[in-house]
Amino acid sequence: MRRVVITGIGTVNALAKDVPGTFAALTEGRSGIGPLGFRDADRLTIRIGAEVRDWDPAAHLPAANLPLYDPVTQYALVAGAEAVAMAGLPFGLGARGGVILGTAAGGISTWEDSYRAVFAEGRNRVSPLVVPRLMHNAPASHLSIAHGLQGPVFAVSSACASANQAMGLALQQIRSGAADVMLTGGAEAMLCFGGVKAWEGLRVLAPDMCRPFSLGRKGMVIGDGAGVLVFEEESHARARGATVLAEVAGFAMTADARDIVAPDPDGAVAAMRGALADAGLSPADIGHINAHGTGTLANDRSESRAIVRVFGGHAPPVTSTKAAHGHGIGATGAFEAIACILALSRGILPPTLGFQAPDPECRVDLVHRVARGAKVNAVISNAFAFGGLNAVLVLRQA
Amino acid sequence: MTAATRAEIEAAVITILAAQLLLPVSDVAPDARLDDLGLDSLGKVEAIFALEERFAISIPFNANEPDLPEFDFATVPGIVDGVAGLIAAR
Repeated sequence: MRRVVITGIGTVNALAKDVPGTFAALTEGRSGIGPLGFRDADRLTIRIGAEVRDWDPAAHLPAANLPLYDPVTQYALVAGAEAVAMAGLPFGLGARGGVILGTAAGGISTWEDSYRAVFAEGRNRVSPLVVPRLMHNAPASHLSIAHGLQGPVFAVSSACASANQAMGLALQQIRSGAADVMLTGGAEAMLCFGGVKAWEGLRVLAPDMCRPFSLGRKGMVIGDGAGVLVFEEESHARARGATVLAEVAGFAMTADARDIVAPDPDGAVAAMRGALADAGLSPADIGHINAHGTGTLANDRSESRAIVRVFGGHAPPVTSTKAAHGHGIGATGAFEAIACILALSRGILPPTLGFQAPDPECRVDLVHRVARGAKVNAVISNAFAFGGLNAVLVLRQA
Repeated sequence: MTAATRAEIEAAVITILAAQLLLPVSDVAPDARLDDLGLDSLGKVEAIFALEERFAISIPFNANEPDLPEFDFATVPGIVDGVAGLIAAR
């Protein structure tokens, strides 16, 4: 089977607008969560989020193209440029390269601005670029244009599993021989008035802080940004002398087929076991788990039970980095895969922030407060989504 | 709107819960417990939304804090008391 490795990573998120800054923040235990600064935030009940602050797209992207880019595309392009530069990827791989990016809400602020114009402000026309800005494939397609990738290019939209499913599909494209290089990950820009207002109604957002697996938790905190990873067929990477960051060893996805919002540990167990089997690894081979760990009661207890069922009483150390970069929804799996690279490449397990006290219903070895040093050969990264979707990646030293 | 009486609030609570449960109003007793009625988590947030719209109140309910309820959503009388308190504080 063709092996797939990661040769570049890039990100824009609330912690930093690049990988070095993100690694530093994750290592030092800084959180990107703070007061929301966008228009009409004062009309919300929930007024915190992990925003990309002081974002100046003109500092990163050609001014002539900006009218085409919703923020979700801006983040994807800047993260993608960092990943491609790190990989040293030549331009114009043509049909042997592709892009699969996750996003849950696509260009939601373009929807919001346009509806506001016609409904609230009584205007009779909107920008002619509304459709190409808001379509879910805009971030993926603009990455294909920027880097000359003419093979499989599409978006995956499966709520909080989007990025993990996108990366799983990218892995499969390369394994199958359909491509040699795939840019993959996710992008999200849901922190606008309508985006948060919609989430508020479900009563699952925390008003103060995200506290995964901790007593005192009050729910999730949304985060914006993008994470892009360069997946590459191993011999293709070795032949051009690329630095290999990790191997994408396994992937599996399952559907609970039960409830549209409530998680089912059975589905999470099946996805973790499936990903381990795909990687040819046993639970004892895994040295770290980057959990989905949203900080909601439902997820954290269900995920803890699933981890104990898969790994028994000796589960590896667990981190949720969502209290740092926020819940990136369709991008979150990409942020977390990048955190896994930190663990694999530098032996740093980032801490779970916001921790107050152990929850007896969450019997996992939680890395909290400060980072933990550990030599890990393989890690898993969980993503579980509304819709009952579970997607698990296994990364290991290459 | 003139202040709703307790009977009016109770009737509205029962009507809203019955609509969520797809039950006739007569099947939701004034002392019913929500767990016994079988209201799931989405039904609960939909019922809260309907009560907020009906009485122009904001109900402090977070699905992650079932053990620390600012608003007792466990029984019909608890909901009626909570709504009445929020209307009085409006």
